[in-house]
Amino acid sequence: MIELKNINYSAVDKNDIIKDLSIVFPEKKITVITGANGSGKSTLVKIIMGILKPSSGEVWMNGKDITNFSITDRARNGLTMAFQQPVSFKGITVKKLIEIANGKSLSVGQVCEYLSKVGLCAKDYVNRELSNKLSGGEMKRIELAVSLAKGGSVYLFDEPEAGIDLWSFDGLVGIFESLKDKTIIIVSHQQKILDIADNILLLGANGKYTFGTRDEIMSSIHRPRVCRALEDTHE
Amino acid sequence: MNKIDKELLEKIADLHSTPEGSYNIRKNGQSVGRKSNSDIEIITKKDKAGIDIIIRPGVKNKSVHIPVIITESGLTESVYNDFYVGENSDIVIVAGCGIHNPGKDKSEHDGIHSFHVGKNARVQYIERHYADGTDAEKVLSPTTEITLEDGAEMTLETAQLGGVTYAKRVTRAILKNDAKLIIHEKILTEFNQKAETHFNVELKGKNSSVQVISRSVAKNKSYQKFVSNVIGKNECFGHVECDAILLDRARVVSIPKIDAKCVDASLVHEAAIGKIAGDELIKLETLGLSQEDAEQVIIQGFLN
Repeated sequence: MIELKNINYSAVDKNDIIKDLSIVFPEKKITVITGANGSGKSTLVKIIMGILKPSSGEVWMNGKDITNFSITDRARNGLTMAFQQPVSFKGITVKKLIEIANGKSLSVGQVCEYLSKVGLCAKDYVNRELSNKLSGGEMKRIELAVSLAKGGSVYLFDEPEAGIDLWSFDGLVGIFESLKDKTIIIVSHQQKILDIADNILLLGANGKYTFGTRDEIMSSIHRPRVCRALEDTHE
Repeated sequence: MNKIDKELLEKIADLHSTPEGSYNIRKNGQSVGRKSNSDIEIITKKDKAGIDIIIRPGVKNKSVHIPVIITESGLTESVYNDFYVGENSDIVIVAGCGIHNPGKDKSEHDGIHSFHVGKNARVQYIERHYADGTDAEKVLSPTTEITLEDGAEMTLETAQLGGVTYAKRVTRAILKNDAKLIIHEKILTEFNQKAETHFNVELKGKNSSVQVISRSVAKNKSYQKFVSNVIGKNECFGHVECDAILLDRARVVSIPKIDAKCVDASLVHEAAIGKIAGDELIKLETLGLSQEDAEQVIIQGFLN
């Protein structure tokens, strides 16, 4: 479970992106964060992971105040994040990164299990370098596999569907369903991802937001007047 | 062989026991072990320090080890090793030098290696440099002269991963028709160490090609200089890639030169110097590594 208390965040040279946001991301539920570009979706998951520091407010995880925890400490306490833009590393192989994530040496067979979950033919990838010689879609799937290898109690997926070429959404949805006993937070615009959400956090302009069950939020999105009303309301 | 000798040999040549195949082990200016066979003959030079290594034509899947170790302080030597690689042979050569300087005076080994690689021969040449001991100077300055005849291929893997206070590597190569040269260089400097690399490759032959990949890490106040000059004199391909990671107050200078003297020459140089990318550190931290461990993983991978 993740709880944000009165979070504020301002980017340099920009207005407040996140204003006094307080929310609980319940455990064993999938919460999708959605909203327009620039509304602060990625910023919010980076604040949860500790990559960005909020200007004020607190981050709690499973009843523990982790606001002042480093990224490393959050990761060691069970927070796991798949980046929107996977990072490339010269000289580090797919197998090595999966081993780092898992915290121990793994057999090729064990590495293959993680890669197979993201639809990659493992033998083609285990010894590949995580460099720009891999396509964006391949890097994205490997990023997901690395997250699965790391494990944890809270997963943050930042636009996991972006660039997932030639791999069905069913595979991606299958991954989220396999993590049902965890706290899942996904940044996404995609209808198919919204369809599997238990809850949705809709970020609007000027730091406004609304949070509710999928049915509540989806019905509001599909009724433009209500949607506009939500934009003007700080719930 | 004492414990220090064995450790040095392991560091520079992965040798845990007497190597298979031909070998010459040089310690403190003397040959302390040698084996020739009908495929590979090792002969002591008469006019100067060094050996001739003669690989018969057509010899395949054989290796020769010629490591050098220095465990005395104040020993300075220049050693000339000439390799004559016969046509159509396929050979692995493991060289390198390890210095353990126990005293106050400078120890230095300058290996001058000449390769005469016959037509359609293949050579994998592995050269590692390592030094430890006191703060006294430990200097290694290898010179490698390469001539690749028509269709010959050579891969040169050179690594210096710590301890050497000053190194100047000079590699000069001439490639004839269809010859191919691949150079992988890895260098790690720290403290006040200095390392210079100079590559000069002449692509004389039609369809000759060279690929140079240099990856280096400079820590503390160390200094590195990378100078490359690839000259295309025919229809040929040359690619030089120099990447360096800087830490602390280190400095890296990269001076690329590509010189196309033929309209059909295709030459590329890429160079990048910078600190460890912030997103690489952050990614590894999100996997539970401390910043220090993340830096170490990135450096090890980079030099892998």
